[in-house]
Amino acid sequence: MSFDDDAYGALTDHADDARWAYGTGFADPLAGVPTAVPDGIDRADLATYCLMLGDDALIMSHRLQQWVTRAPELEDELALANIGLDLLGQARLLLTRAGEVENAGRDEDALAYLRDPTAFRNVRLAERADEDFAHLVARLLVFSCWRLPLLDRLAASRDPVLAAIGAKGVKEVTYHREYAAQWVVRLGDGTDLSHQRMRAAIDAILPLAAELFEPHEAEVRLAAAGVAVDPSVLRGEFDAAMAQVLEAATIETSEKTTDATARRPDGEAQGGQAQGGPAYDTGSGRSGRDGVHGPELTEILAEMQELARALPGGVW
Amino acid sequence: MSAADVVAAVTDPELPMVTLAELGIVREVREDGDGVTVAITPTYSGCPAMEAIRDDIVTALRGAGFGRAEVRTQLSPAWTTDWISESGKAKLAAAGIAPPGAAPRRSAGPVPLALGLPVESVACPQCGHAETERISAFSATACRELRRCPSCREPFEHMKEI
Repeated sequence: MSFDDDAYGALTDHADDARWAYGTGFADPLAGVPTAVPDGIDRADLATYCLMLGDDALIMSHRLQQWVTRAPELEDELALANIGLDLLGQARLLLTRAGEVENAGRDEDALAYLRDPTAFRNVRLAERADEDFAHLVARLLVFSCWRLPLLDRLAASRDPVLAAIGAKGVKEVTYHREYAAQWVVRLGDGTDLSHQRMRAAIDAILPLAAELFEPHEAEVRLAAAGVAVDPSVLRGEFDAAMAQVLEAATIETSEKTTDATARRPDGEAQGGQAQGGPAYDTGSGRSGRDGVHGPELTEILAEMQELARALPGGVW
Repeated sequence: MSAADVVAAVTDPELPMVTLAELGIVREVREDGDGVTVAITPTYSGCPAMEAIRDDIVTALRGAGFGRAEVRTQLSPAWTTDWISESGKAKLAAAGIAPPGAAPRRSAGPVPLALGLPVESVACPQCGHAETERISAFSATACRELRRCPSCREPFEHMKEI
């Protein structure tokens, strides 16, 4: 059966199960990858860690995909769709790994589509809604400047699956970062209006960076075991790349990225309110890594999970 | 025909002018008893063609009379365009897609951040003009960019080095 005969029938044709969408029977993206966990690694910590990095990629990917049909130019829709697809691929590998390590019968579908917002472990930067294109490229820049050195170090992980995901992801996030950086420079070093809006976006997004460098207890334990990356070690490389971009963009930010006091969560709440963003629960010092999210994640999941929740296990 | 020959001759679903062997994604083909185990490397983490490629390999092996065919994914080492064979590059060029040059070499330390357009000479696959310009860093897939030739004025795709 082919698409020409019956598009819907072809989706469930067993002779060709390569159609890829929810409800059509996903293939396991780790198919055949050795899935053993090396000795001495805490399985619960490893599962949590895979969820963190997987959820970052999944939620960021979803936000990027929302720009398709809304970007300034067709070329940018292609770029954002492709960057989102790379991150979705990373998310599928990481969520599958999380499900296997957890060993509770949850696959990538169950983890992506059937968890509530408080079970998501992504940083809040990933879920932030973009007020305009400048906010998007600012967010993608910050995300990529952090995730690139993270994946680069992850390539040396004692866990062979994480090491492979890291080595592969470095190549991809390298050009994600270049895409975002080139837009920040183009807008920042552009007209008065584009400069003003790019600067406002950087000022709004930079306070969210603090959370990226606060280690979760699982990360600390796994980093000591040679499996994970303690995110606090990424700060220098992040600051250097951001400074390079902002200088070329002629943006002097009022938010000093290296000033610890400017990165406190309470500063973030004020900045978020001033920009019309959501107020996060920041008083407890808990973060997205603990399942504390803004209302924006609930909105994303309502859209992303609707079909899977309405038709659990549905195949068509 | 050996199992390795059968697998090598399967063509890529998105770049049907090249075979999987020429693309450099077949890592291993092992015959044991009446079955075959194949290891392939994904080109990109999110490459949606991987499931189709696995399917095509199994279909080709069964069609050639092999009873059991299993395709496993090998994530490491990561695929690089340097693994595309010379014949594969020639076929890409013949189909109007400028083939990748040598993949960038990584030196120690942080990954460098390029803020300008990449300095590289990509020859036009239509007229051979040596200097062409980038239109967009992405084309229909992540692995290709859009360029245009100032001489023949034709747009074309270039498979990026990775």
